[in-house]
Amino acid sequence: MGPSTNERSLITPYRRHAAGTQPPAPYEPYKSTIKRSPTKPLIFLPHTLSEVTGPLFGEDAIAENDNDLTRHYPGEPQGERIIVTGRVLDSNGRPVPQALIEIWQANAAGRYRHAKDQHPAPVDPNFGGCGRTLTDDNGSYRFVTIAPGAYPWFNHYNAWRPRHIHLSLFGRAFLTRLVTQMYFPDDPLFPYDPIFNSIPDEKARQRMICKFDMETTQPQWALGYKFNIILRGPEQTPFET
Amino acid sequence: MDFVPTASQTVGPFFRIGLTEKYSKPCIAAPQAKGERVGLSVRVLDGDGAPVNDALIEIWQADASGKYKHPDDPQSKTSDPGCDGFGRLGTDEQGHCQFDTIKPGRVPGPGNALQAPHLNVAVFARGMLKQFYTRIYFAGDPANQQDPVLALVPAERRETLVAQSDPTQPGFWRFEMHLQGEGETVFFDV
Ligand SMILES: [Fe+2]
Repeated sequence: MGPSTNERSLITPYRRHAAGTQPPAPYEPYKSTIKRSPTKPLIFLPHTLSEVTGPLFGEDAIAENDNDLTRHYPGEPQGERIIVTGRVLDSNGRPVPQALIEIWQANAAGRYRHAKDQHPAPVDPNFGGCGRTLTDDNGSYRFVTIAPGAYPWFNHYNAWRPRHIHLSLFGRAFLTRLVTQMYFPDDPLFPYDPIFNSIPDEKARQRMICKFDMETTQPQWALGYKFNIILRGPEQTPFET
Repeated sequence: MDFVPTASQTVGPFFRIGLTEKYSKPCIAAPQAKGERVGLSVRVLDGDGAPVNDALIEIWQADASGKYKHPDDPQSKTSDPGCDGFGRLGTDEQGHCQFDTIKPGRVPGPGNALQAPHLNVAVFARGMLKQFYTRIYFAGDPANQQDPVLALVPAERRETLVAQSDPTQPGFWRFEMHLQGEGETVFFDV
């Protein structure tokens, strides 16, 4: 057991985020953060059993075709069919198996199937826009879906979100919880999007962009994109011999 | 190759289609779970005191014996199969959501200290680029006086982490989460 292990409660703390790799709060260019961000300093919490445990999920959390968003309705959805695949690893480079990944997104026209989405673009009766899956023993996952469209929002004049898929991940601990967005290569809207640009570190920002992948691409069927996701990992692995 | 954790981005206004429309989970502990039943109302308010009607609240807790349903909990006692320990809800137009659970037991903390009964809470919302973590303790529990995490919080702000019982409804607790402003809830750097 190393020096950073809390010996009495036998837990190993998780690594903390490096400066600039996560968004600040508030971030003024994204206006809704202004009234929704704590203004007092966060209290530093040494990790206890409460933080390093968390909900775990099994096969019963997912149903067949949950990871294929093109097959949730009787007909084929409109738009460009894509495959999104990759691995979930921790910050020590180890795969995270049985991680629950949930995704949601706009349809090809940039419209969410949500009552509050007022964008005057058509709803696709054959596209719900949400899916889920579990990673396998190698931390690998795969979704089939439709490339989402860009859509307008009200943050500033002529504001448009770059095309993105929302992802939510549960890893091994409550503190590894991650909600993020995956973007697509070469989007012309990147320079104008305060949400994308809220990440100070250039590399960390670029890592939210998936990569086109010819090997994942399937002939006569769908374009393929790779997107690896890194969750926080423990400072060290206890009890390892 | 470096393995820097992926950056967080806001959950946005439309998480319901993917996260809670099908998979809301108000019940954290089943009716057969051991322990004192708790109905918990959580209300989320912004810096103007206005209800946040598109927040996502997640809760993680131990069972009545203070054991987490997780292989990294080294305590030898077995966890209560009736207590799943996890709950998730979106807030309604009043910024409100309501969970059904049991009061957790005391779990080990740093050193020799046992922690007071508490729920671990993560809040996500449009206008938050990442989740914020807080805790819910139970008013009147004598263990609060010795809790090692509450001890890290300036005395005048500890009340913001404490749910109050409803005198008219035994077993019903209310927690108001103020994202900023007067009575701003304590959030933790986890
Ligand atoms: Fe979105």
